[in-house]
Amino acid sequence: MTEDIVIVGGGTGGTVLANDLADRLEPELDAGDVRITLVNDDPDHVYKPVWLYVPFGQREPEDGRRRLQSLVDDAVDVRIDRVTDIDTDAQQLRYHEADEPIDYDYLVLATGSTLAPEEIPGLAEAGHDYYSEEGSEALREELLSFTEGDLVLSVVGTPHMCPAAPLEFVFMADDWFRERGLREDVDITYTYPIQRVHGNPHIAEWARPIMEERDIEIETFFNAESVDPASETITSMEGTDLDYDLLVTIPPHRGIDLIAEAGLGDKGWVEVDKHTLEAEAAENVYALGDTADTGVPNAGSVAHYQAGVVGQRLASEIRGRPATATYDGKTLCFIETGMDAASFVEFDYENPPSPAPPSQKLHWSKLAYNESYWLTARGLL
Amino acid sequence: MSESQIEADETVDARGAACPGPLMDLIGKIRDVDAGTVVLLLSDNEQSRTDVPEWAEEAGNELLAVEEREDHYEFYVEKS
Ligand SMILES: Cc1cc2nc3c(=O)[nH]c(=O)nc-3n(C[C@H](O)[C@H](O)[C@H](O)COP(=O)(O)OP(=O)(O)OC[C@H]3O[C@@H](n4cnc5c(N)ncnc54)[C@H](O)[C@@H]3O)c2cc1C
Repeated sequence: MTEDIVIVGGGTGGTVLANDLADRLEPELDAGDVRITLVNDDPDHVYKPVWLYVPFGQREPEDGRRRLQSLVDDAVDVRIDRVTDIDTDAQQLRYHEADEPIDYDYLVLATGSTLAPEEIPGLAEAGHDYYSEEGSEALREELLSFTEGDLVLSVVGTPHMCPAAPLEFVFMADDWFRERGLREDVDITYTYPIQRVHGNPHIAEWARPIMEERDIEIETFFNAESVDPASETITSMEGTDLDYDLLVTIPPHRGIDLIAEAGLGDKGWVEVDKHTLEAEAAENVYALGDTADTGVPNAGSVAHYQAGVVGQRLASEIRGRPATATYDGKTLCFIETGMDAASFVEFDYENPPSPAPPSQKLHWSKLAYNESYWLTARGLL
Repeated sequence: MSESQIEADETVDARGAACPGPLMDLIGKIRDVDAGTVVLLLSDNEQSRTDVPEWAEEAGNELLAVEEREDHYEFYVEKS
């Protein structure tokens, strides 16, 4: 009998996992004992970190796209389709393009994050973002011709992808306007929901003095409630109004709807055991990457490490051995601190981050990582 | 404080969530509910003891009570 592993989502986590399993389970795949299907609703694999550079005119959205098929081992069945329904009791799922439900033996959800700007009145109309392809291109239009006024970066939703990216954006904008002799005419304000400038206290402690030194205004305890496009004002639940000329936000994030519909967790985040990554509410279901509610950052590095853990566990299960691999919360992140300097953090469930002194070398490391990402996705790095 | 009389309309169980998880979870819930709703936050994070009162004051929501349980805290917050 062939055992069916279905991975939903061909982003960072799903793609790394598919290649990891193709390698680990080569004998079983060759013998026809296992079938691996990777389902993605876009023929392209999209690498989101590229979008940070798009508004500054330094990258094109196409730089973050490759055909999914070209990144995945031939032993994996790649299906371009959308999963529309999951029934974890029957161990079945439905595809948009198929009439009959499909059985699975093991299901892995790697469906990532989606944006929900509509949750804040006025935000979709007035706010710009670099958290989507269209958003980063529209922001580029505005930013390249922005020479004076109030630039407000507001972190509206948490959790959100790449917790460092809002800091990176204001650091880069500061440097970019300075280099062009425009910084005197541009005020930059950064808002954050809690009393620190970042969720992680160690990163917040490191970032705040840098922001102060560089005249980046800080508004903490700022939870956007509404945006008024006519008066160009953003208002917080705490009662603060901020005027803007250019509003850049990190919109609220959600997972996909069918996760809540399947009873696997709220708002599209799958409730999992944060070490084994098994879904709490169903058997033979794993989640990894952004959609796995582990409390660690929604980052590509996390999805990558988690894919290794799920790969090992699934291989053990297929071979009838106890699964012992666990995820320790490992997170790794480069943080741009300007247009040619970056810091670096590494942490896990037990050990807090300690940001490295910013350097040009780390900036080049981040760019090199982004370039070599395609090897990572293929499972070669 | 005697909190036993307070009845919460909504509960957010943020036990086990790393900081700033509990406060973020509370803010998310307060966003979703109507004024006058009492939200009970369960947190086992020490930081919540300062985070939650500070935010409640800043946002003008009333922290009705804080109760210390054996292995977690209970915060009763009323949305203003
Ligand atoms: C601007 C920006 C900068 C970032 N910078 C960094 C960085 O420097 N370092 C870092 O580590 N991370 C960074 N990230 C975060 C990183 O991109 C994400 O955390 C990572 O992509 C998560 O991987 P994933 O596999 O969980 O989800 P994704 O990569 O988002 O993939 C999810 C996939 O699932 C598909 N899908 C969803 N629903 C369905 C369905 N029903 N059926 C079929 N397919 C479906 C989607 O189309 C998508 O292809 C950044 C993100 C952004 C937005």
